[in-house]
Amino acid sequence: MALDKQTVHDIARLARLHIDDAETEKYQSALSNILSLVEQMETCDTTDIEPMTHPFDATLRLRADEVTETNNRDKYQTVAPDTQDGLYLVPKVID
Amino acid sequence: MFTWDEEWEVVIGLEVHTQLQTKSKIFSGSSIEYGAEPNTQASTVDLALPGVLPVMNLEAARLAVRFGLAIDAHINKTNVFARKNYFYPDLPKGYQISQMELPIVGAGAIEIETESGIKSIGVTRAHLEEDAGKSLHEDYQGKTGVDLNRAGTPLLEIVSDPDMRSPAEAVAYLRKLHNLVQYIEICDGNMQEGSFRCDANVSIRPKGQEELGTRTEIKNINSFKFVERAMEYEIERQIDILEDGGKIAQETRLYDSDKHETRSMRSKEEAHDYRYFPDPDLPPMVLSDDFIEEIRATLPELPEAKKSRFETNLGLSSEDASILTSNRATADYFELTKSLCSADTKIIANWMIGELFANLNKSELEISSSPITPAQFAKLLDRLHDNTLSGKTAKQVFAALWENVGEVDDIIEQKGLKQITDTGAIEAIVDEVITDNPDQVEQFKGGNDKVIGFLVGQVMQRSKGKANPQMANQMLKEKMS
Amino acid sequence: MTITTLSELAQQLSSGKQSSVELTQDYLNRIEESKHNAFISIDPEKSITAAKKADERRATGDTAPLLGVPIAQKDIFCIEGTLTTCGSKILENFVAPYTATVVQKMHDAGIVSLGKTNMDEFAMGSSNETSYYGSVSNPWGSQEQPLVPGGSSGGSAAAVAAQLAPAATGTDTGGSIRQPAAFCGLTGLKPSYGRCSRYGMIAFASSLDQAGPMTHTAEDAALLLNTMVGFDSRDSTSLELPAEDFTHNIDNSLEGLRIGLPKEFFSDGLDSEIAELIENAVRTYETLGATIKEVSLPNTHLALPSYYVIAPAEASSNLSRFDGVRYGYRAEEYSDLVDMYTKTRTEGFGEEVKRRIMIGAYALSSGYYDAYYSKAQKLRRLISDDFTRVFENCDVLMGPTTPTTAFAQGSRTDDPVSMYLNDIYTIPVNLAGLPAISIQAGLTQQNLPIGLHIISPYLQEAKLLNVAHKFQQVTDWHQKTPTISAEKGDK
Repeated sequence: MALDKQTVHDIARLARLHIDDAETEKYQSALSNILSLVEQMETCDTTDIEPMTHPFDATLRLRADEVTETNNRDKYQTVAPDTQDGLYLVPKVID
Repeated sequence: MFTWDEEWEVVIGLEVHTQLQTKSKIFSGSSIEYGAEPNTQASTVDLALPGVLPVMNLEAARLAVRFGLAIDAHINKTNVFARKNYFYPDLPKGYQISQMELPIVGAGAIEIETESGIKSIGVTRAHLEEDAGKSLHEDYQGKTGVDLNRAGTPLLEIVSDPDMRSPAEAVAYLRKLHNLVQYIEICDGNMQEGSFRCDANVSIRPKGQEELGTRTEIKNINSFKFVERAMEYEIERQIDILEDGGKIAQETRLYDSDKHETRSMRSKEEAHDYRYFPDPDLPPMVLSDDFIEEIRATLPELPEAKKSRFETNLGLSSEDASILTSNRATADYFELTKSLCSADTKIIANWMIGELFANLNKSELEISSSPITPAQFAKLLDRLHDNTLSGKTAKQVFAALWENVGEVDDIIEQKGLKQITDTGAIEAIVDEVITDNPDQVEQFKGGNDKVIGFLVGQVMQRSKGKANPQMANQMLKEKMS
Repeated sequence: MTITTLSELAQQLSSGKQSSVELTQDYLNRIEESKHNAFISIDPEKSITAAKKADERRATGDTAPLLGVPIAQKDIFCIEGTLTTCGSKILENFVAPYTATVVQKMHDAGIVSLGKTNMDEFAMGSSNETSYYGSVSNPWGSQEQPLVPGGSSGGSAAAVAAQLAPAATGTDTGGSIRQPAAFCGLTGLKPSYGRCSRYGMIAFASSLDQAGPMTHTAEDAALLLNTMVGFDSRDSTSLELPAEDFTHNIDNSLEGLRIGLPKEFFSDGLDSEIAELIENAVRTYETLGATIKEVSLPNTHLALPSYYVIAPAEASSNLSRFDGVRYGYRAEEYSDLVDMYTKTRTEGFGEEVKRRIMIGAYALSSGYYDAYYSKAQKLRRLISDDFTRVFENCDVLMGPTTPTTAFAQGSRTDDPVSMYLNDIYTIPVNLAGLPAISIQAGLTQQNLPIGLHIISPYLQEAKLLNVAHKFQQVTDWHQKTPTISAEKGDK
């Protein structure tokens, strides 16, 4: 399946990526090629097959409800781009 | 009472987010205690550092099942966590772990009382998910501050069917739900702290039309008062638009309680494609029958059952039973008091609904913060029961207890309120009264029974209210016959 | 030059012939002198401190098997206080504030980390050419003809092949341990899904990722695996298994071993020279008492298409956390929040990562989920069932690890799909969650190593290592080093 330019831009925006006009064709063609590979899936009938989301159909392990974490704010915020008064700062959010 | 044009039918469905009462977060070992310094309860997992993984909290699953059993809903023994993908600063992973296709709780129902009788509101589902952090819009050099302490707090999102036909019904449903989650102790119900939050889906359609109208979702309605007002505003807004020949836009609107209006949320304008898919970090949760039955066995008595027991077994009127089971704290207060004293159930109920509630209302206090404990209350009623106090003196003791003066027996002692039940002492006063009121004695002997009241009054007066009136009455009758 | 194995080094350390500090310093010197670009970062001071600690432990009578042995760590593992980039610009300044469980276990066992090895960005690649920190040269190549080391664990493979480290960690989502091991003449083991904790290992595709050892020998792989595995309460997919010593049965006889050769692994795209060398290797197994039979995994051709839905879909979501808010790169200029996100991610991610994020987002987007993601998960079950079926009559499966030998740098970067075809034999194993190993099984006429791919049923790593080890007892392919081939070439 060939993706059109608009779709390429739409997917990019969904993923918070920007594709330059100059690059659009390159992405368009690469993504379309990958989708052609992917579409080989259609050759197989999968009616009545259960999707397998985890190897060996594992089930969830649940943990006891205990507080095990301590305050490490200073350590964790040393790698943050912008903080103040213990808060992470981002450009103004408008509701 | 709010009314609108008869032509329109209102359709309301509610999504209620209840914060589950666990100690730690749903997928990490961070505390969920309210009010901590920003980001001090945000671990590597809550911050979504590269490489971290979620591990599910058993207690959150237990509380969700508890809710499901309480509304007699279907429990999905296999349920699946899914990722809801979107970008927002208070959502560190860029996706929220929630449940989509297979929620832990399936369909159930909640009954509400309406003007036209009992109505069953369908609960579509209730699913587990993690809360987001908080964006603080105070000005940090023109920027927004992000606090992730709340990120990862366990939520049970309870989704109703679009079964409500008025804001009043919606409020009745909400109150019922609010009461229930506290009854079964899965949520503290604290609306100020955001433990119980509601989004409303509101639409209108011409009466008789089957197809639903375009709905709007109203967010940020965090008190019962606002829920009703926000919905009323939104219904009027929609009616105005449709009557002017306009169209309702499907959108998310924010309720502003100061201005009493809803407005479109700009940040939610972009159509979302959440790209849900099963979370590969969390295999399906499989609940055993034993696990579910264990929870069922520890499920407390639910409000309806309690009310009917209060009526049938304790002989309370339907009205009293209803008041005393209106919330868990009230019912617990009543039952604890009852277990601690020998007074008649009816007396306990009267004193609670009368004296205690009147004082709580006057002081705008919840029963949970009553200055009088159930133990003190029980003691007071015991002293009434064993005739140490009369109704009148009991009220004096109640007032002193309310002021936190001391314990019941000390107050009685200090204030000298103990009833005289000593036969000799009363007899002496009775003899005095008979001697001093020959006319009335004659009238009584002549068949005028009513005069006994006057004579008892005399005894009470001379004893400064401390004589036991029943004893005085009896003794007077004996002596005059 | 001859290979130096972990077991030899362990012996030298325990006999007191060398201290961990000396050994570590020696490797650090080699790394600094090397030109392979195999490492993204090293922290000599930290490594030496760890080596000192290991020497102190030994002085107090500690006899942990790998105490003081230095190894290289793929830069996908978070190590507290250490730059951890995952091969990406978006983490160019990320000093991890915590340590991955697998690394912690190795450190607890006394292993010294030498540095962080180069890799394809976020493990997305088969040539190490998508790394923001530059491509890595395969020690088997030459200056005139630079070859890729494979990927994504290309830096680890090159480091071990060039003897800059005696062993390294890797991670394998679709072949990222086995393919570079094959290209660089090493032993590379991908354990069963759930064996090694994924906590602290930066996620690519969560339902496929698995860490494992890259070594010269199967015995070394067993030694290193012993320190890497184990239950971790921080990973919901971590398995709770009884402790196992993977060296214990490594020397067992292969008499009666039933080897299956899936005909799909010997199909058209396979290089004929590789096919021949694999057949030779299989014949060696016959001399060891194994029986051989052809089997079929009929859905193998669906593995690549389903993988390129599942892996990008999971990755697109896993990589959403890189948003410039809490750590990592943030664009310098932006107009608002959405612009900050978009510029940060657009500038921070490389092309291959962006392609995969977009493919994943597309496959999950509304209206396409059933046709892509759900379909791929169903095929995954069919592929997994194929293995279950053949293992009813086989103990292990064998085939080539890759359809070709290491290719020239830059030769496939313009065509993503041709690059993906490299992993055609390794990917089905990840989809099924099985363990598999690649061992060097020969040299082509161009003196390039080729890998024999051995797959076993779930949790039978001990069997795999036994099968690999016995081959290495009777052959010397694993001892061939690129230096020798270069000397030959000089003549």
